[in-house]
Amino acid sequence: MEFLARAMAEGTTPDLAVLVGAIPYCRHLGVSAELRDGAPILIMPFAEHLVGNVMLPALHGGVIGSLLETAAIVQVIWEMRSPRLPKPVDITIDYLRSARAATSYARARIAKQGRRVVNVHAEMWQDDETKPVAALRGHMLLPGAAA
Amino acid sequence: MSELPADWLDHARKMMGQTPYFAGIGAEILEVGEARGRARVPYGPHLVGDPDTGVVHGGVITALLDHMGGAAVMAALKAPVPIATLDLRIDYMKPAVPGEDIYAEAHCLKVTHEIAFVRGSAYQSAPSDPIAVCTAAFMLLRGGAALPYPGKA
Repeated sequence: MEFLARAMAEGTTPDLAVLVGAIPYCRHLGVSAELRDGAPILIMPFAEHLVGNVMLPALHGGVIGSLLETAAIVQVIWEMRSPRLPKPVDITIDYLRSARAATSYARARIAKQGRRVVNVHAEMWQDDETKPVAALRGHMLLPGAAA
Repeated sequence: MSELPADWLDHARKMMGQTPYFAGIGAEILEVGEARGRARVPYGPHLVGDPDTGVVHGGVITALLDHMGGAAVMAALKAPVPIATLDLRIDYMKPAVPGEDIYAEAHCLKVTHEIAFVRGSAYQSAPSDPIAVCTAAFMLLRGGAALPYPGKA
């Protein structure tokens, strides 16, 4: 995992900006990541090419899913100091509110860490973290487990 | 409730094909009809989720399945109603092979007054060998937000 090795080159935790910046699809979406209050947070400014409904306008449900899944992956790498990407096994996304043409944020937490699989929860919001736009629950296979 | 316009399926095909996110990743609608939809996205460097292997990001698969689920619901409606995804579950069966096109298809199983139920799958070489399958529910926004139909635009 060369890009993860680069992201972790200096410190004991990966450089989130380097990590997310190395993922081409995240660059396409305009997603960046940083540490806030001691935990990773993902930031996705609004852009026209993220729109799924031009009439409202609203972000595409798949863009929301992409941000949440990325938040889950980043959290697993960051928390477990993983040198390889975890593999999503299954995810469930609940759409709670319409995602407007505004900057979106996402955070994740590991709900249960097993030997081979982690259960991750993630939430996305726009201007009010207490009013999530969407939530994800999912399982990820840890790298190295039953390769 | 008004009847479906005669050109509803053509409208659905066009609208789903022109969605900024969908068009922006280079995807195209292959067919919309009979409560079904099918689309294709050619492999491209901007879709990659793992720069070391070139495997496409799972979010691309999620987006394609959400999109075609919506198309399948539109194709199953008896009257023009705006819809919104309520929830979506994806099982990732195996990574997409880098360099190969990805297909996504969805089928609307049932439309009730408020909810539409969908199954879908994504595959590369053959539909019988899926890279992911999905189960989704969509809300019918009766009397809700503006209908995305040219007549009302």
